[in-house]
Order: sequence, then structure tokens, then C-alpha cells
Amino acid sequence: MSDGGGGLAGRTIKFFLDEAEVEALPGETIWQVAQRNGVEIPHLCYSPEPGYRPDGNCRACMVEIEGERVLAASCVRKPAAGMKVRSASERAKFSRKMVFDLLVSDQPSRNAHPDPDSKFWRWADKVGVAAGRFPATHHPKPDRSHPAMAVRLDACIECNLCVRACREVQVNDVIGMAARNHDAKIIFDFDDPMGASTCVACGECVQACPTGALIESALVDERGVQAQKPNREVDSVCPYCGVGCQITYKIKDDKLLYVDGRTGPSNLNRLCVKGRFGFDYVSHPQRLTKPMIRKPGMKKDAHAPLDPSNPWSHFREATWDEALDVAAAGLKKIRDAHGPKGLAGFGSAKGSNEEAYLFQKLVRAGFGTNNVDHCTRLCHASSVAGLLEGIGSGAVTAPFMAAKDADVIVIIGANPAENHPVAATFFKNAVKRGATLIVMDPRGQALKRHATHMLQFKPSRDVAMLSAMLNVIISEGLADKQYVQAHTEDFDKVAESVKDRTPEKMAPVCGIDAETLRTVARKFARAEAAIIFWGMGISQHVHGTDNTRCLIALSLITGQVGRPGTGLHPLRGQNNVQGASDVGLIPMFFPDYMSVEDPARRAFYEKLWGAKLDPKRGLTVVEIVNAIHADEIHGMYIMGENPAMSDPDVQHAREALAKLDHLVVQDLFLTETAYYADVFLPGSAWPEKTGTVSNTNRQVQMGRQALPLPGDARHDLWIIQELARRLGLGWNYAGPADVFAEMKQGMPSLDNITWERVDRESSVTYPCSAPDKPGDDIVFSDGFPTKSGRGRLVPVEIRPPAEEPDEQYPMVLTTGRQLEHWHTGAMTRRASVLDAIEPEAHTSLSPGDMARMGISSGAMVRVSTRRGTIELRARPDNAVPPGMIFIPFCYAEAAANVLTNPQLDPMGKIPEFKFCAARLDPIAATAAAE
Amino acid sequence: MSAHDNSAPVAQPARFAFTPANLEKAKAHIAKYPPGRQASAVLPLLDLAQRQHDNWLPRAAMDVVADMLGMARIRVYEVATFYTMFNLKPVGKHFFQICTTTPCWLRGSDAVVAACKKKLGIGIGQTTADGMFTLKEVECLGACVNAPIIQVNDDFYEDLDGRSTEALIDALKRGEKPPVGSVKQRQTSAPDGGPTTLKDLSFAGGKR
Ligand code: SF4
Ligand code: SF4
Ligand code: FES
Ligand code: FES
Repeated sequence: MSDGGGGLAGRTIKFFLDEAEVEALPGETIWQVAQRNGVEIPHLCYSPEPGYRPDGNCRACMVEIEGERVLAASCVRKPAAGMKVRSASERAKFSRKMVFDLLVSDQPSRNAHPDPDSKFWRWADKVGVAAGRFPATHHPKPDRSHPAMAVRLDACIECNLCVRACREVQVNDVIGMAARNHDAKIIFDFDDPMGASTCVACGECVQACPTGALIESALVDERGVQAQKPNREVDSVCPYCGVGCQITYKIKDDKLLYVDGRTGPSNLNRLCVKGRFGFDYVSHPQRLTKPMIRKPGMKKDAHAPLDPSNPWSHFREATWDEALDVAAAGLKKIRDAHGPKGLAGFGSAKGSNEEAYLFQKLVRAGFGTNNVDHCTRLCHASSVAGLLEGIGSGAVTAPFMAAKDADVIVIIGANPAENHPVAATFFKNAVKRGATLIVMDPRGQALKRHATHMLQFKPSRDVAMLSAMLNVIISEGLADKQYVQAHTEDFDKVAESVKDRTPEKMAPVCGIDAETLRTVARKFARAEAAIIFWGMGISQHVHGTDNTRCLIALSLITGQVGRPGTGLHPLRGQNNVQGASDVGLIPMFFPDYMSVEDPARRAFYEKLWGAKLDPKRGLTVVEIVNAIHADEIHGMYIMGENPAMSDPDVQHAREALAKLDHLVVQDLFLTETAYYADVFLPGSAWPEKTGTVSNTNRQVQMGRQALPLPGDARHDLWIIQELARRLGLGWNYAGPADVFAEMKQGMPSLDNITWERVDRESSVTYPCSAPDKPGDDIVFSDGFPTKSGRGRLVPVEIRPPAEEPDEQYPMVLTTGRQLEHWHTGAMTRRASVLDAIEPEAHTSLSPGDMARMGISSGAMVRVSTRRGTIELRARPDNAVPPGMIFIPFCYAEAAANVLTNPQLDPMGKIPEFKFCAARLDPIAATAAAE
Repeated sequence: MSAHDNSAPVAQPARFAFTPANLEKAKAHIAKYPPGRQASAVLPLLDLAQRQHDNWLPRAAMDVVADMLGMARIRVYEVATFYTMFNLKPVGKHFFQICTTTPCWLRGSDAVVAACKKKLGIGIGQTTADGMFTLKEVECLGACVNAPIIQVNDDFYEDLDGRSTEALIDALKRGEKPPVGSVKQRQTSAPDGGPTTLKDLSFAGGKR
């Protein structure tokens, strides 16, 4: 080993732990070696979880080292060769016991404690301290100002773990250790109540706290004393965003008490507010658990208000048999009368891969049409179109964890701190490590503080800005000629197209000065490793595909792809938008992006599915809505999707839904869409079912059922299968594992990934080269899966947005999400904590515009576009540039999509959610008073 | 902040900005440190802000300093609450820091404290209603040879007793600025009652 064997072993150290010779790996502390060798040493301020450095402040872990005068803290002390460490000497034990004695003296009594089973008490028990011998000192009052977390600093031991959690792990910088000596205390901001502080409620501190001084409110009573504790747990994955954080449900009987982060590859224990505190939607009183049929003669009024608490005004209860029969009969009737083209289906990116696969199979094999789509059309369709064209694959080339190896990180048109919060923590970690962060977005954001460069360019001028960067790279000879020659095609075309787009010429167009454009372009091109992340600010434009093409060009001409720390990564929005697209929940592709118009592929599926298939690509989301208006589509099946909120120009979409002859909706609540249903089928919430999902990093992960189905609700897989049977398909899947097995047959991307493997490992990255090897995080190190094997560079025009501001509509409206709410809010607005934090529709405006127009904070304003008008509260936000109106689209009472422009990107067919002309008017003061 | 005092919440100004002159000074402090290490200037900048702002540091000033130095605000709050020299709430025009550590105490700091309380009608940690005086008890001021000591703003008054403390307060009330240093006219820290050695400075030409 140490005898010159080389490799890792060459750098290990041998020392003695309690007489036994042990070996320390490079960098390991005494505590870690002890732990590995099964020697327990108490520890409080040290957490062995990933991301936490030892701080050595509590002295609970002292050990004796022969020849040293004083004891050493084993959590920070690294062993030296030949060192003799005694972990259990009388002196060490006595010293550790004294630490607990002092700490226990200051604790609230165990029967009035927030967490009598905490790590702290468990160690105190082991060390043998039940009561302290010293007079107690501090008794701060509990702070119950936060809806999700209770603060009881009388149980705090000042171990500083929460500070490290907040500062070094999640990098939110809210918690600090104030003052000194006996006055030292944990503070939120400037000693504000937690609920009033800038805390983003990621809950990392709660998971880190060893005493329960910071604890989930759900676990304590109003005095902050433990009220309940879990008696079982289930490992799963978060149902919200594409980060795909792994979680553990902590359950008491059949009630979900709280959620902890687990060490998944994309979250390493971390969670955001949604994944930690956003689950009680499953038991919201508005949850529907009975099949329902629309009452006869009950009109579908696209303008009538909806009361999701009372479906009985419009629906009557039905048995499953009746509801399924009526649902299937209605669809069959339309298929017979109008042919397969008369039908369409919207599946969901929030369900499992197995559900998405079965759904598209039902539409293709049962309805006989390719009219099947889902909300990917509304988020990253143009990114996928650009990527497929350029590099032959719509998925990311590297996981976001690759940021840790990058020198330069570009984030453009994305706001990860709100939309991919856990990914954002790893970006912030990278900056702390020394990476250069370049953020490009018209709107400011939380990452701005961490950015080396923040380019707040003019909305919708992405192509101009990116062209200038390409111009600099090419004209200054910074392109990676070798890479370009070996791995790309049409470089000359792109070079020609950007030749005249100098930074000086583009500066007035995009609003970023030429010098900055040059600096940023050079930094990107010269970096050892540079990676690009983007979001809907790139994709949701009529030139969304062009935007993506520019990013691909940027990355390819500099060779910033295929190596550690490099790549192209569209941050996928929904927990399973990657998976749903992979398994063919899109109108032009079978699973694995095989064209439906490819006869060989079609023949394969006709055989596999035993049905005649539609040879032509189907319609996309917005096209389907238009086809309803054009009397081409008459019936739909919508599962877990809410187009009546998520579509652009949503009134137009609602009118379409109201016009359908037959609409079957499968969901948890009476959503804005379900309101137009003829048949409502109550499905399962994420914690109530088992299935796989694929996150933004191409990791296929296992979601496991933790809770029983409520009432008469059924698994979505079962519902799809029952409908299929009634449409004449003889399906007989016993469960998701069966579906997975079938799905794999047409999906080479899932080679070496089986249901059993995903279940065993919880997460497997695709592509994967062997059943016993991890998948490939970083792909395309040597060429691309295109016909020529080369990446295609595509020149683009600079095109304006579809609707420029004018005199009548002088401002720019842009929409998006916010940290606490998810998509159309169907789940999060029914999650009590999330709704408590952000309860109300609002628009973010620049403080300057508000002052100019005499709008005070919280006043009601009217926002109008050519498509509609909504009224909501104004909120000043320094991140919003003058002339811009930002509205989150999750609020049904003021649906942003009433306003948005349904103009489509010609290739990705994605609507322009990020830009339209709008006007802002104050509403008379009487109405505004609060 | 509990390290300072727990009384009524402080009325925080909404804004703070360095004066142009102080901004120049701040920039000079920042320039002393290598790039990426601007945070090292946090103490001089906070001190500058406190001096500009009637000898106390409002939250808005800490925020300005944090933003100037690219620090998370919480880091600046931690620094400001750690050092007791930063006042986190308004103090009187004459800010009395009375040393009561052992040497000062042995030399009669009890009488000094009592005189202050009696004369001003306030306790430790309090400010007179007219906003002129604040009393604070501090640990060793590092001038034990001339104990007991009161530091008034930036100045030390030394060799105090009850009477001289009252006299000091009276003078300040009259708007005078008594000479700083020993109130007994002692030459810096030479022995009380005059030098006991080197009385004859023959080496310097016999001068005394
Ligand atoms: S609140 Fe918990 S984690 Fe934070 S210092 Fe106190 S004991 Fe440690
Ligand atoms: S970052 Fe995304 S996946 Fe992770 S907890 Fe939050 S919403 Fe869930
Ligand atoms: S655990 Fe080692 S000092 Fe706290
Ligand atoms: S003890 Fe008062 S100055 Fe040292």
C-alpha cells in the first residue's frame, strides 16, 4: 500500500485507532476513518452529509492523541502516519461528557422539547448525560412567524450547522451567528422574525439542526413541543421541477408528516420549499375522489366563474364503470363519425414515464391519431427542435452538476434560483469555488449577486446579443479550429451570417455595450471548460429555435461540449418533461424521437402494439386548440394537464374546450380545464403511485407509492388501461413494471436500464453502456448522433418579436414562474405552506414605473393586451427593468395567459410567452385601498 | 441586538449614503486590498459609516457597506454585532464608555459609575432624554496605568474619581471640551505625584 504501489493507495496514511492499525484516505479526518471502521465518536457540530465542512466548534468529538498535551477534535483533525489515537480513553470520554453536561444544562426539559429524539438527545443518552449539573442561562422565546418552520432557540447549542446549511450549502445567506460570547445567537437577517426575513424556506437548516431548535412546524404543537413523529418512511423523488430531487417521505400511519432530502445524484440531500413543504395538496378539501359525469344540459360557459369546491353544480357522481363507459363511448362515437382526426389527447409531464407511454399509445393505437402532445410544447419545444437539428439529440449533453468542473458558467433566459432552486445551489457553490458566472436575462434575479457579469439585455434581442458574441469569437480567431474541423459542419455559413454583427452594431439593438459583449465572448471562448444553461427565456419566443441555434453555435465553435465542465443544458421545467418527451408524448415522434413518418419505425410499432397507426405527424398543443375552433377536432382526453390555464391567449383555449362535443379529464381537482369536462376521472397524486420519471440530467428515477389512494380515486395507469380496453385494445398490464418493460423495446436510450435496476439504485443515468456500470453523465465527447456524425451549425436571421410595443400597448409583458408555485398552481396553490407564502396574484413592476404612474405597492392595477385584461396587485421589484411587466402564470384569479400572444415559433411550435405588447393602468384609489 | 441592549426597537432610517468625502475615503480603504478581497475593508467602512451617522450604525448603512464590498448582508450583520464598538442604536452626543475591569475597579471605578448615574439620572445602557449622554460599561480600555478611565467618544479621560467625573460632565454640559488625558494633570503615564526617577536630566544638559 504505502510501499510505492502508486495510485490512491500510495497517498493513504496508516495510523492507530484504539490499538488497531487503520488507513486514512487522502483528506480524511480521524472521525471519518473511525466511522468507516465502525468506531462511534459523538459529534454535534459536524455533519457527515455531503456539502458540510467540519467546523470543530462543539468539542463533542474529542479524542486523545498519544504524545499531545491537549485533546483533539476528531471531526477536523487529520491523522498523521503512525499517530496513536485513543477514541475511548477515560480522558476523552470525560471531556466529551462534560460538553454534554454543559449543553444539557441549557436545554429545555426533554418532555417540553421540540425534538426529544433528536441527534443531540440520542448522543446525550449514549454519553450518559440525562440532566445537566449547571445553572441554565438563556431562554429565548420561540419564533413561530414562519408557516413551515418553528424556531426554538432555547434548544440551540450554537453548533453553527444551520449557518453552514444556509451559507455554504444552499448559499442563501439568511442565517448568521450574531454577537459573541454568551450573547451569541442564531439570527435571520438582522434578527428579524424568520417569517419576515429573506428566508426562501428551502428547509436545509431544519434538516441539518441536530437539536430541533429549527424544526418543521408540522411536528410541534403551538408551544413548540413535539406533537407527533413518523412511524415509517418511503424513498421517492420530488413531483415538482426537472431537477428531480430525491426525497424521503416521513409518514405516520397514512399521513405524510414531513419530507427530508435524500442523497440523489441531482440534489445530494438538498431540497427547495416545494419539494420539502409542498405536499398537503394531496389531502386538500377540494381533492376529487369520485368519478363524475356532467349533468345533462349543463352548459359549458367559457366565461362563467368556477368554484372548485363545488363540482356538484355541474356534475353528478358516477361509478367507475359508468364513468369509463361514458368516457369511452363518447370518444368512440367521434372516432366513428369524424375519423381518428376528430380526436386528440393531452398527456402530462407531471406523471410517470409509464403513464406518458401508455397515454400516447392509447391515442396512437386507440384513437388512431398522432394528435397527442403535452406542455413540453409550451416550454422547451424550440430547444428540443434546435438540439435535434444541431446535435441529433434533444436531451442535455451534461448534467447541471457539471458546473462544478466549469470555469465559465453561462445562464441565459433562466432564473434557476426560483425555477430550479436546487440546481441553483450548485451554481452558487461553483462560484464560491471560483467559477465565472455570466447571467444573461432582461430581468434581474437572485443569482445576479453571484454573477461576475450580469447582462440585462433588451427583451427578445437574444439573437443580436449572441450573434455579437459569435462575431467576436470568430473574428478574433478564438474559435476552436480543430474541434470545428473534426466535429461540425457549416461553420462557414454561420461565420458569414455573423460577419457584420459586430458588438458595436449589436450594442444598440440588444442594449449591452460592445466592451462587455467582447469581454464575455472572450471569457467563454478562452475558458478551459464552459457550460451553457438556458430556460424558457430562450425557448418561449417566436425565434426560440433561432435562440437555441445560437447557443449551440457558441458551444460548438469553441469546442465547449463533450468534456467535463462543458456542454449544453436546457433546464427542463417539469419533473418528467424529459421522460414524457422521451417516451413519445409528442405528435411527431414515437418513443426515443423516432419520426412517426418513418415507415420502418411505424411498422415496428404497428407490430408491437398490434394496431394500424397514423402515418402523418399530429397537431401540437396550440394547433389542437385551433383545430377545435376550426371544427376539425371534436373530442379530447386530457390527463393531468391544464390548458385552460397554461395555453397562451387562454380565453381562446377555454372557448375551444367549451366547444368540444366530448371531453374526458383525468385529474386531482376541478381544474380550470376540468370545468369543461363531460366525464371527470379522479386520478392519483404523485405520493400515491409508483413509477419512473426522468429529470433534466437524463436520470431515470424511481417514484414510490407512500400513501393510499383517497376515496374512490384510482391509479392513472389503471384508468388509461380501462379506457383502452373500452376502445377495443386488449391491454393487460399488471403494473408500471410491465409498461416499463414494453417501453424499453422501442427505446435504445434505455438499454441496460431495467425497472429492477432503477428500483434498486433509485436513479440511473441514460445512456448507459452496461447493466453494472453507471450511465454517461457527459455525452458527445466524440461526435454527434446526427447523420453525418457532426454537429450542424445553423445561421439565423435577427427577427423581431411577433408583437412590438406601440402607442396603445407601450410596455412589454413577460410571464414566468415563482419559487413557491408550480406551473398553473393546481397543486401548489392547494399546498398550505406554499399558498401561505405567496397567496395572491401580483405583477412585478419596476419601482421607477410605479412611481411615474403613481402606483403604490400593493395597489390594484389593470394589465391589458390585445387579447384580454386582468386585474391584480402591483409589487415593486428592482429586478424588473423599466417598461416591463412581469406576471407569474399560476394565479387563476388573474390568469397571465389571458394576455399572452399565441404566435408560434415556426419550428418548435412554441408560443411567445416571454414577449408581448401590453398596457398598465392604475385602478382608482378606492379599489386599491387595502 | 442583545449584545448591546434589549430596550425599545430602534427606528431605522430607510436610507443611508456615504457623503462624497467619505465615499472617497471608503474607496481608499477598499483599494488597500487585493482584488477579490474587498471584504477586508468591512471594519474601516463600518467605522466610517458610524462616524458619519451620529456614532451609531443603522441597518441601511450595513446594507450599503455589504453591497459595496460584494458581501452577503448577513456577513456584515455578524461583524457589526460581534464588535461591541459598533453602536446598533442611537447614542448620546457624549458617549461614555466606563471601564470597570479589575484595575479600574480597584482604583475606584464604582465611584465613577455612581457619579455618572447620579449626575445624569440614567443607568448603564441608557441615554438621557435630551440625547446628550449615553452610559455604557466596557471591559479594559487598555489604559490601566491611569485607571479609572472613561472614554468619551474618541477621547480618554483618566485618573478619575467621583468629583472629577462630575466636573467632566458639568463641563461637557456647558459645551466645553475639557483637555483629554489625566484629569490630575499627570504627564501621560508618569507616576502619580510626579516622576520618581530621572528627575535630574543631567544628560540633557542639566535641564529639568
Ligand atoms: S439552530 Fe440548530 S443548527 Fe443552528 S446553531 Fe442552533 S442547534 Fe445548530
Ligand atoms: S428543486 Fe425541483 S425537484 Fe428539487 S425540491 Fe425543488 S421543486 Fe423539487
Ligand atoms: S463534532 Fe467535532 S467539534 Fe463538534
Ligand atoms: S482595566 Fe480599565 S483600562 Fe484596563
